[in-house]
Amino acid sequence: MSTQEQGSRGAAWLAALTDNASRAAGFPDSVQVVDGSMGEHSARYIAVVPDADNAYPRARGGEVGLVEGWALAQAVRQVVSADADADAGAAQKRAIVAVIDVPSQAYGRSEEAFGIHQALAAAAEAYATAREAGHPVLGLIVGKAMSGAFLAHGYQANRLIALDDAGVQVHAMGKQAAARITQRTVEGVEQLAETITPMAYDIASFDTLGLLFARVSVADADRPSDEDLDRIRQTLERALADIGQDVSLASRLDADGRAASVKVRERLRAQWNGD
Amino acid sequence: MDSAELLQRESFVEKNARQRVQYLLDAASLRELLDPFERLSSPWLPLQDIVTQADDGVVIARGTIDGVAVVVAAIEPAFQGGSMGEVGGAKIAGALELALEDARASKPVVPVLLLETGSVRLQEANCGLAAIAEIHAAIVALRQHVPVVGVISGPVGCFGGMSIAAGLCSTLIATREARLGLNGPQVIEQEAGVDEFDSRDRPMIWSLTGGAQRHATHLVDTLCDDDSADIRTAIAGAVARPVGNLARTQAVDAHLERLRALDTGRRADAEWAREVMAEEIHGSGEGS
Repeated sequence: MSTQEQGSRGAAWLAALTDNASRAAGFPDSVQVVDGSMGEHSARYIAVVPDADNAYPRARGGEVGLVEGWALAQAVRQVVSADADADAGAAQKRAIVAVIDVPSQAYGRSEEAFGIHQALAAAAEAYATAREAGHPVLGLIVGKAMSGAFLAHGYQANRLIALDDAGVQVHAMGKQAAARITQRTVEGVEQLAETITPMAYDIASFDTLGLLFARVSVADADRPSDEDLDRIRQTLERALADIGQDVSLASRLDADGRAASVKVRERLRAQWNGD
Repeated sequence: MDSAELLQRESFVEKNARQRVQYLLDAASLRELLDPFERLSSPWLPLQDIVTQADDGVVIARGTIDGVAVVVAAIEPAFQGGSMGEVGGAKIAGALELALEDARASKPVVPVLLLETGSVRLQEANCGLAAIAEIHAAIVALRQHVPVVGVISGPVGCFGGMSIAAGLCSTLIATREARLGLNGPQVIEQEAGVDEFDSRDRPMIWSLTGGAQRHATHLVDTLCDDDSADIRTAIAGAVARPVGNLARTQAVDAHLERLRALDTGRRADAEWAREVMAEEIHGSGEGS
């Protein structure tokens, strides 16, 4: 294990939640997969972690790259096909927990040339298919949940849970690049982020959009204590129970948090059949 | 091809979103939903002194294409780079969710997505990203019942989270003018440096991410000229196709085997990408 890896929140929480159980074989070092439990249920825990020796230079810091995208798809699809004959519901279909600490997708020439968008599509499809098939899918945000990386690893979960910590961020693009694309200064982007809720990077602002099932305080987000772990495990189990038979993302539509998203859907429904 | 033939062609790329929808749907079948007179515009742009548009840059219309019931979602390339804000994103996600309800009730409506987008509107960042996740979810669920057709005609191309949506479509149609990639050239240059990716090197950019290359690497199913009639014919064929597994995402093991063995010290070019992404790496889309 490299020093970088030891500093990874994703790796730390994955190990803690699975009592340091051994990883499933066959995956690249940057995608850690552990079969464990969640209360009485079986669960597969998946994290993307930094790997200083990653053959793809642009994916050494925990980014979701070509290999990571396809490996995530493989990790999830294994569970879906193994439980294909089981009845839907938590008791039968294994839960899948995406432990999320992804700074971004990998930005590089090889990545574009060999179709990183398709690798990420394979991952997103696998998670969405698992959810539709009745696997409870939970996303636990312990660090950064950025852009395409988050779309590929976690954003298809039935329920999202985040640590309430300054190191936890959700966004569509890093500040430097966002400033360049919108022709603003970094200071300008930061200033707007203070008043425009969806532009903010912090998890408390994200929570006001209504997209989270829970935001949980912990004593140490880098090295979870036993108490932290208990609290997160209880929240995961509470989320699992809350899912019930719901295979959709409808619980994310919050009339206060995303008023326009709700209003558009209501008006669209009213016009859909044209009568 | 001679110049007379070129002159007779009706460009699709040059049409705006509403004109594209009007061209594609059978005459008199078009019914726009949440049209501009509904005045559903972005709640976030005025707070940043940015001019809004009364349809937020997304046209949703129901109708038929050669008799097949469809719902078309067309992104307007000329408004904010086709970016996905809260309202535009919700229009697409909401339309797909209603199509899913209908499909489950044995009233199939085939979604056709005209993807012309730099992806998330950064002025509405997390609302756009959330909507894109909802679009992904709906496409995957819909594909159990109906084909989902994606079209990237240009001039903007299709990037970011919406390139993932393109990768989830049952059939993906593109022109040579179009580009398809996860990260836009400026973003790669900003994050990885100009040596990695020069955002002004347009021949290199099109050689790797242009429609012809994406077709040659099997990430696009049908390559069309910028000819409205050709594009309509391709779409009409795709909406009538039976549902099946998505070939592009089936061969997970084959992709991993090949990508993990790749010489990553080598600078990627178009020819090498065609070798690596040859037909046999992709799976079979047959059956269920």
